[in-house]
Amino acid sequence: MEATLSLVVGCLFAVALYLILSKHIIRMLLGVVLLSNAVNILIFTAGRVASVAPPLVPEGAGAPLSAVANPLPQALILTAIVISFSFFAFLLVLAYRAYQDLGTDDTDRMRVAEPENDGLPPLGY
Amino acid sequence: MLKAEAMVHGAFSPADFLVIAPVAVCFLFGAVLLMARKRVEWHPFVAIPGFALVLGIDVALLLKVAADGPQTMMMGNWRPPFGIAFTVDMLGALFAATAGFVALCAAIYATFSMSRTERRYGFFPFLFLMMGGVSGAFLTGDIFNLYVWFEVLLIGSFGLLILGSEHEQLDGATKYSFLNLVATTLFLITTGYLYGLFGTLNMADIAQKAGRFENDGALLTIALLYLVAFGMKAAAFPLNFWLPASYHTPRFVVSALFAGLLTKVGVYALIRVLLMLFPPQHADLATLISWVAILTMLAGALGALAQSDLRRLLNYFVIAGIGTIFAGLAVTDPGSGAAPAVVAGAAQAAGTITAATGDAAAAAPLLAQHPGAMVVALSGAVFYALHSIVVMTALYLAGGTAARLSGSSSLFAMGGLWRQRPGLAALMLVFLLSVSGLPPFSGFWPKVILVRGAFQAGLPLLGAVILLTGFLMTVASARVFAFAFWRNPPERGAGTDGASFPPQKEPVPLLSMLPLLMLAVFVVIAGILPQWLVGLTDVAARGVVDPAAYVGSVFGGGS
Repeated sequence: MEATLSLVVGCLFAVALYLILSKHIIRMLLGVVLLSNAVNILIFTAGRVASVAPPLVPEGAGAPLSAVANPLPQALILTAIVISFSFFAFLLVLAYRAYQDLGTDDTDRMRVAEPENDGLPPLGY
Repeated sequence: MLKAEAMVHGAFSPADFLVIAPVAVCFLFGAVLLMARKRVEWHPFVAIPGFALVLGIDVALLLKVAADGPQTMMMGNWRPPFGIAFTVDMLGALFAATAGFVALCAAIYATFSMSRTERRYGFFPFLFLMMGGVSGAFLTGDIFNLYVWFEVLLIGSFGLLILGSEHEQLDGATKYSFLNLVATTLFLITTGYLYGLFGTLNMADIAQKAGRFENDGALLTIALLYLVAFGMKAAAFPLNFWLPASYHTPRFVVSALFAGLLTKVGVYALIRVLLMLFPPQHADLATLISWVAILTMLAGALGALAQSDLRRLLNYFVIAGIGTIFAGLAVTDPGSGAAPAVVAGAAQAAGTITAATGDAAAAAPLLAQHPGAMVVALSGAVFYALHSIVVMTALYLAGGTAARLSGSSSLFAMGGLWRQRPGLAALMLVFLLSVSGLPPFSGFWPKVILVRGAFQAGLPLLGAVILLTGFLMTVASARVFAFAFWRNPPERGAGTDGASFPPQKEPVPLLSMLPLLMLAVFVVIAGILPQWLVGLTDVAARGVVDPAAYVGSVFGGGS
């Protein structure tokens, strides 16, 4: 099970990296989404996948009596999902505003903040 | 451990809450200001006392850590390693206190320098939320929690970065957002691997268990991935290009805080994770780090020389400063193995040398005290990081005042400020000399320590590049001062850049000089009386190299 999931994570990483290397912001955004989902599966796999009992403590006992599934990765993933979703929403709006304002989603042509041919600094006065 | 005693049954003492108070107060004030977002004119009156309170708490925490050693608070009263720990040692307390100081200065500066419409978009709430994230990152003792604080400060910084929505800002913010998001995702990926290997996320617990994995390839991979992730956050050489693309686009006061704080959070995380948790892997990566440091310093210094705009020049000063801090992280003690052995080994070596000279009795008190090269260099790096937080914030604030007075931040268009505002010129000179590492200001002593540490560890090239960078930064600083302050104001239209339209000069209230003065007092005191600060950074460095006190603070006696 872990091996299969590792392969899935690897494929997702590869696709995400390929998309992020693009110079169009919309493709980079899709890459970021895939990357954050790949991380979630990675954490899930790192917490060991096994078909065991749910992590419930019976009444009166201080600890679970048999082996139970690991609940911590799910808490981590939940946090990561919320964070990556809010970031994706922000980036989506930012990319749209940048496209409206700058008239391009090609990162090579987004040179407002760092103009080309800046020239030499003042050398003497 | 998996018993009913997983929870500690005992009340917290009020002093325990000091550990989380900086974060809680920041979020509380941020929330209150968000609720009062229609009443922008009230914001400074709430924000300045708020930041003063945060600074007061940070200083109280620093004093408590200095007196009693590292402090720990377990969230929800869980017994470690379960639950999220907030652990503050000297390193975290020093960074948090310095961050609180510059945030207060920036808040005062913003009050007097921003127009009402600029504040309408929520400058102060975002500032509090970002500071909450920064404080949390410095104080937490849990590595996944550190990731969460990175994201919190990142979302606050996104908000600050695009306040005003100008073309330049949207351009810079796009690059900043993507690069930083990829860096934090890399951090999360690595944390996933770490969890798979250790089954714990508590830093003290990891520090204890890391010794069992000696010479493990998986651990080296994790350490390297952390180096890449935090190096990207800190803008170290091959991953630094997002910084000069974005840091000059927001308001000066926002740039000031970013330059002071955000890259240093990356440096702090690198020290905490790579040096404290994985000392053998850090030793393996030391050569790589020293090359990164050399190239970052040179990229920063040469980049600064090539700029004709004051703000973009300062961007490169930030990068050069990061390189100098990295230089201190590249030093290891020869043959260092597990962390606690390092200090003991160095002390033993010192003992043998002194005993050979026949003065063993006098050396006895020194045995436990003599620091290894790693402690010396790390102490210098922490000192330099604190200096860099203060002086980079100060330079951007002073540069912002200068740009408002002359209506442009281009060196072609600025001039005559020495005659117009001698006080500002004097302060700017102090900051420029300090950032270049000239005495008697705060940049001098950490560089002395770093150069000494580099030579002590047999890295003469690293020491030479630190000195060369200092020289190149002096040249760049001299150019700023000569053009913006010393020469007469240029004829309108005579320049080639920025003078095609008449510059819009703005009046600068005298009170906005107050934060500059506060920052300058720190720079001068840290330069003239460095002993107290070096004493504290030494404690911080020892705590990182030998985390026994940190671990003891988390696990206590009863676990």
